[in-house]
Amino acid sequence: MLQLTNLFKAAFRSILKNRMRSLLTSLGIIIGVSAVIVMVGVGAGSQKQIADQINSLGTNMILIMPSWSRMGGVSRGAGSFNRLKMSDTEAIREQATLVRYVSSIVFSGGQVIAGGKNWNTSIHGVDPDYRQIRSWDLTSGIFFTERDVRTRKKVAILGATVQKELYGDTDPIGDRIRIRNTPFTVIGVLKEKGQDARGQDQDDVILAPSTTVLYRLKGDNFINMIQASAVSLDKIDLAQNELAGILRVEHAIDYGQEDDFMIRNQAEITEMASETSRIMTLLLGAVAAVSLVVGGIGIMNIMLVSVTERTREIGIRMSVGARGSDILSQFLLEAVVLSLTGGIAGILLSAAIAFGLNQWSTVYTVIRPTIVILSFTFSGAVGVFFGFYPARKAARLNPIDALRYE
Amino acid sequence: MKPVIEIHNITKTYHVGEIDVHALNGVDLTVGAGEFVAVMGASGSGKSTLMNLIGCLDEPTSGEYDLDGVRVSSLSRDAYADIRNQKIGFVFQGFNLLPRTSALENVELPLFYDRQKRISDPRKAAQEALERMGLDDRMDHEPNQLSGGQQQRVALARALVNQPSILLADEPTGNLDSRTSVDVMSVFQELNDQGMTILLVTHEKDISHYTRRIVEMKDGRILNDTPVRSRLIAREVLESLKGVEECCN
Ligand SMILES: Nc1ncnc2c1ncn2[C@@H]1O[C@H](COP(=O)(O)OP(=O)(O)OP(=O)(O)O)[C@@H](O)[C@H]1O
Ligand SMILES: [Mg+2]
Repeated sequence: MLQLTNLFKAAFRSILKNRMRSLLTSLGIIIGVSAVIVMVGVGAGSQKQIADQINSLGTNMILIMPSWSRMGGVSRGAGSFNRLKMSDTEAIREQATLVRYVSSIVFSGGQVIAGGKNWNTSIHGVDPDYRQIRSWDLTSGIFFTERDVRTRKKVAILGATVQKELYGDTDPIGDRIRIRNTPFTVIGVLKEKGQDARGQDQDDVILAPSTTVLYRLKGDNFINMIQASAVSLDKIDLAQNELAGILRVEHAIDYGQEDDFMIRNQAEITEMASETSRIMTLLLGAVAAVSLVVGGIGIMNIMLVSVTERTREIGIRMSVGARGSDILSQFLLEAVVLSLTGGIAGILLSAAIAFGLNQWSTVYTVIRPTIVILSFTFSGAVGVFFGFYPARKAARLNPIDALRYE
Repeated sequence: MKPVIEIHNITKTYHVGEIDVHALNGVDLTVGAGEFVAVMGASGSGKSTLMNLIGCLDEPTSGEYDLDGVRVSSLSRDAYADIRNQKIGFVFQGFNLLPRTSALENVELPLFYDRQKRISDPRKAAQEALERMGLDDRMDHEPNQLSGGQQQRVALARALVNQPSILLADEPTGNLDSRTSVDVMSVFQELNDQGMTILLVTHEKDISHYTRRIVEMKDGRILNDTPVRSRLIAREVLESLKGVEECCN
């Protein structure tokens, strides 16, 4: 082989002399690499967002809601026959063995006044277990206790948004507020959770004991739903069956009759969400693969179009004494240099696009190192193969045949 | 006279579809060191094919070829490449210069592949070779910026730059006017006087008279092989051409 410096010189001269061809080759690689990285990044980003949102719901969660379906052929009017009661929660708490936490949920809402300010928000009546079910920490203060629930104590825990709106930077703990004209004492502030899967602010809420909200604020007997948390993720189906059994006994539903409640678990919710995001990732992956192939075909085309000219060039070089190995090293070097610069430019471009998307749009992208490596290697391999393969073919010809090649 | 090129019963057959084209049909030829041979013959008689085989650019279908006493038909491809680089200067019928590459870089190309590093300063050697061809002011021009004759001379400079012992030229004067042809022939005669073995293909009877021996081909065979009796000396012809110009212009 020749001196490496000479080979590098030949390769670089050739790249610079054929600017257009070099540029187009690199462009194919740049587009292939960056398209794949960005598109898979968008897919991965949305997957991560969905996963985050689901996790923010709490772990191993089971939801029990009243069912609005018919029972015994008689349609019950919406809201007229809400069949979940505090006693249902109590029964679950006493009997269920596969459930670690359980909480009644009572939805209410209205005007909240603190000092001179007021704010319209949701009031959720819950039990102390709710904190574990949603894995929701406090930034200050304490959560209310079983005793507070039993005594229907008028205490409130503010969501981050409510605290911000009513108090700004000052500490609200111990302060008295009025919720729909009923005085409450602020005992805690919740940590910020952000938006939920539907884009709603989860922090625009006040938590209070379920009994307080149900009996003092709403003056009602039925709770809106029950949230429970299974002992573990793999026991979630069993726990669901257990809860259904307990409630059917509580509600005195005969064998063969339909439930008058609905049970959904997090696995089902997760499955639904991940099914959507899986389809999306699959779709984006397919588009990415196509663009990678298109980029590869682009590189291939440019390389093959120049084969005639390059074959003649190889013939000339061989006729003045270049060995086959000299030709191969030069062409390999050329292809590697072009693929490498194109690949690096593609990675930089995709990084810039990902940054721009995260900064100025609602699309969230995550750059996956494996995809960076994969796309880089693939387009690099395509570039090197199609830069090198024709050269290999030509270098095996007699100089005179290479010179005559058309 | 020591033989440099010894060819025995060489054939070259091309397969074009169903037909076999016998470009060379059993050629015997011996060329001694320092000879100056013109190869002549009708178009398609196999002149270029023969030159390509002698120049190690192509391999014969059968027959033996010894170069400087070495049986080249048995050598490896790399050894072939080295022979082309070290021993042979070749001027193609169609120039074969690298496109988009300056005359200087084209001429430098053989030195680029010189593993022996016989020439210490390739750039300077290339410049000198071009100057010798009267192309001092065309060194940075690319082939498409040069006339046919100028390209021919760049190709000749490239063939000479690695100081070969054999010069093979396929119609080196085909694109030149008669005055420049004589110029080129004077370069050839000078090189021959210094001991270089030269074979050139030509169609022109008067060009062949600058050589020492004429080999005539027909249908892939050698028809005649005759020494040149009244040899022309290019330098003298140039002098007389100058005389004609001075008297009549
Ligand atoms: N690569 C090839 N494939 C097939 N036939 C070929 C090939 N090269 C040459 N021939 C044939 O071989 C014969 C000799 O060709 P060659 O080029 O040696 O002729 P030539 O004497 O140099 O002619 P010219 O004076 O026109 O240059 C021709 O009939 C030609 O058609
Ligand atoms: Mg010819």
